[in-house]
Amino acid sequence: MSDDLVNFEVNGIPLQARKGSLLIAATDAAGIRIPRFCYHEKLSVAANCRMCLVEVERAPKPMPACATPVAEGMKVYTRSPKALAAQKAVMEFLLINHPLDCPVCDQGGECELQDVSMGYGEDLSRYSEAKRVVRDKDIGPLIATEMTRCIHCTRCVRFGEEIAGMRELGATGRGERVEIGTFVQRTVMSELSGNVIDLCPVGALTAKPSRFTYRAWEVIQHPTVSPHDCVGSNLFLHTYNGQAKRVVPRRNDGVNETWIADRDRFSYAGLQSQDRLTTPMIRERGEWVRTDWETAMTQVIDGLRAQPAAECGALLSPQSSLEELYLAQQWLRGMGIQSVDHRLRQTDFSDQDQAPLFPYLGSSLEDLEQTGGVLLVGGDVRREQPMLAHRLRKAALAGQPVMAINSRDFDFHFPLAHQRVTDPHGMLTALAGVLQAALAGAGQSAPTALAEVLRDIKPDAVDTAMAGMLAQAGARGQVLLGTQAMHHPRFALLRALAGALCEVTGARLGYLPEGGNAAGAWLAGAVPHRGVAGVGLQTQGRHIQDLLANGIKGCVLLNVEPDLDCDNPAQALQALQGAAFVVAMTPFVTETLRRHAHVLLPIATFAETSGTWINGEGRWQSVPGAATPPGDTRSAWKVLRVLGNMSDLAGFEYLSSEEVRDELKARLTEAGISGFDNRVSLEGRTLALPPRPAGLQRVSATAMYGVDSLVRRSLPLQQTPEALDRAAHISEAEARGLELLGAEEVVVRQGKLTARMRLVIDDTVPAGCVWLPGGITETSTLGPAYGPVELHKV
Amino acid sequence: MSTAIRQFFKTFLLWELLLGLKLTGRHLFSRKITIQYPDETTPISPRFRGLHALRRYPNGEERCIACKLCEAVCPALAITIESEARDDGTRRTTRYDIDLFKCIFCGFCEEACPVDSIVETHIMHYHFENRGEQIMTKDKLLAIGDKYEAQIAAARAVDAPYR
Repeated sequence: MSDDLVNFEVNGIPLQARKGSLLIAATDAAGIRIPRFCYHEKLSVAANCRMCLVEVERAPKPMPACATPVAEGMKVYTRSPKALAAQKAVMEFLLINHPLDCPVCDQGGECELQDVSMGYGEDLSRYSEAKRVVRDKDIGPLIATEMTRCIHCTRCVRFGEEIAGMRELGATGRGERVEIGTFVQRTVMSELSGNVIDLCPVGALTAKPSRFTYRAWEVIQHPTVSPHDCVGSNLFLHTYNGQAKRVVPRRNDGVNETWIADRDRFSYAGLQSQDRLTTPMIRERGEWVRTDWETAMTQVIDGLRAQPAAECGALLSPQSSLEELYLAQQWLRGMGIQSVDHRLRQTDFSDQDQAPLFPYLGSSLEDLEQTGGVLLVGGDVRREQPMLAHRLRKAALAGQPVMAINSRDFDFHFPLAHQRVTDPHGMLTALAGVLQAALAGAGQSAPTALAEVLRDIKPDAVDTAMAGMLAQAGARGQVLLGTQAMHHPRFALLRALAGALCEVTGARLGYLPEGGNAAGAWLAGAVPHRGVAGVGLQTQGRHIQDLLANGIKGCVLLNVEPDLDCDNPAQALQALQGAAFVVAMTPFVTETLRRHAHVLLPIATFAETSGTWINGEGRWQSVPGAATPPGDTRSAWKVLRVLGNMSDLAGFEYLSSEEVRDELKARLTEAGISGFDNRVSLEGRTLALPPRPAGLQRVSATAMYGVDSLVRRSLPLQQTPEALDRAAHISEAEARGLELLGAEEVVVRQGKLTARMRLVIDDTVPAGCVWLPGGITETSTLGPAYGPVELHKV
Repeated sequence: MSTAIRQFFKTFLLWELLLGLKLTGRHLFSRKITIQYPDETTPISPRFRGLHALRRYPNGEERCIACKLCEAVCPALAITIESEARDDGTRRTTRYDIDLFKCIFCGFCEEACPVDSIVETHIMHYHFENRGEQIMTKDKLLAIGDKYEAQIAAARAVDAPYR
């Protein structure tokens, strides 16, 4: 160990650092400040800004600290006359072409160039010649550019190459004519693109949605957590006068490092949507009228009590906080309503009793980087869990095999060792093939439960290769059931196959559920067949599919837009149509909710309420509320608490959301369970491979910018090319077979349901399938996400 | 002894009275400094800090770029600014309020302004009749600036060598 360390001196202070580590990293760790622009801890070293020049004894010239490894006996001076002169000179050079109009710049007040020039620059400019001007580039709705301010540190370029995995920004030209931009005029497409705003040390790249609406010094910083995916990225929400102004990453190396996805960064823009519900509303003789909370809540309780409890149910959002989900099920179960469910898009519930305590990722996010091999089943991680995809990318770039079985050839930003792109039924046989190959490799026979499934499966070379890689990874391997797998119509079979595969190869099973708090929902008992902490129930409720298919009399919606958040929008709306009483607790009100609900209660969004979110790795993250909710809006946990009081239920005396959380925590400890076991039990079960469906099949995933009501209302996100691609995708061969080549629009038909959509020829969609994403209005009149579908000419 | 004699003569020779009359007489014939206010006023320093104004450039464009430095420097928190990106891509104020009840006329806003937009004029005679009138809105401030631009510019020109 001590061999690895070298001793050196900085400004006379003796320091130790690992051999080969960079001087700037060592001084940062020791709290000695060296100015820099191009150096960033998480990016490669470019050493092109020269700001970090320091004097090193016996070196003829000042050395850049960011590109100088520490050496034994090295003596470094960061504030010596020579170092200061070098820093001053570099600063003067950088400012030659940088405009000196900080007051008009959006970065002013939080600008690294401004700060460093204050600390290390000259007081006066000696430069009176012409400055260069660079044309601004239009790189999309999220990032504003002022390229004249660019100092060519190339952090954004290196970010694109190294982190986002897409070389979108680059430097063209030489010397004074060097310019940063997209080579061809186009939008930056990466789902992590917003991070260049934080990386840019000057005002060249700034956030477009919040541009010029606040100054850095007048916003108040609040810690919060992203609810949009199961990573739970740590965020800072910045508010001005109680209004959310922007979101920046909060560093947490265990979760999101220093990055966040654009979805987390810009979803706040939906908070001030025109659709915000600001007062409780009730329907009186067919007319919506504003009312006070007490009247509305009395109506809720009376309305629900008027319906038989067994016929009532609740749809809860997997993005709601732990406290909201816990109190919702406490209240509803107190009222005798057992059917509470948060699995809005899941369709196969046949093995829900075998489900683990909560959908655990199988390892920590950090460990995912060190994995020995990952098989991803039914997941477009780049769009569904962008920060998790970043971890997988690191693993893949480090040489670990990442494999995928998907129903579309997704554009992963890392190389896949093996991939199988097939229709939904093919995913079953593909996974069965891998299992068969793994069994053959291990010399084991098929588990009895799966004997029927595996009977006719003949593994091919790809299956054998995948199984071999997983077997080689052993306990360091991981099989991840992605969000699309969890929504697959045969999820139970996929789970059984994946479980058996893990059993054979020693790999760990992991889940990537939709929503930021799916884990919390399971623990809080927001499932119909299990209570708090996964304990069994005397009377089990009906799952969401049962509720929506077989009718519901009284319905509670918590932050759910039934036409966009459910697997089968048409069925959900029909069920609500048939319900006698519907109460919607929602931050936003839509025409659909107005038509189907009877009481509307305005609740706060994630940014406006205190609460806890549990991410896929089982990490509890409690945050205080940040922004001020508009009008009469209240935190949902408070609403549910009062509903509990008004329903004369005992135990609803909480004064803070922390009390709710601690009560749940105590109940989890009491139940004495360790929730980190994902093993799938196949005992006493017999599974069969369903027959291959004939005809064109719909394949689907929730659109990246359609995952929840807030994201859907974020205007900047909705203007991105990703969100504007609201089309049916089909391969060229399939389109030719259907004589749809050249058609701009098509009529999509699912049973009696129809929708008109744009058609895109896209060979990433497998044969026999048409890609129709969910969570967008275009498909909100259609049926289930999977199943037979027809395409017709307009 | 001599003091007593001097005192004795002073009591009937009215010497003190004459001394007083001498002062009166001097002022009777000297130049008067009395100002006939409000018909006349004393001269005002170019640095006088009276009522605020927002200035424009000669082409009519408002100077203010909504950098909010005046708001940040204001020790009385009298200034409230809201901004947005205007259609031409520049940052402009949508609201610029100065609460004159809070303002202490320290002149920091004027000093902080990078574009000489917010200035304090020589206006010192004003009053409010209704609640809320003490809030100087952007429109009011611009109107003052438009009206007194000549005077504002002259005062700044005089003071320029010392800035």
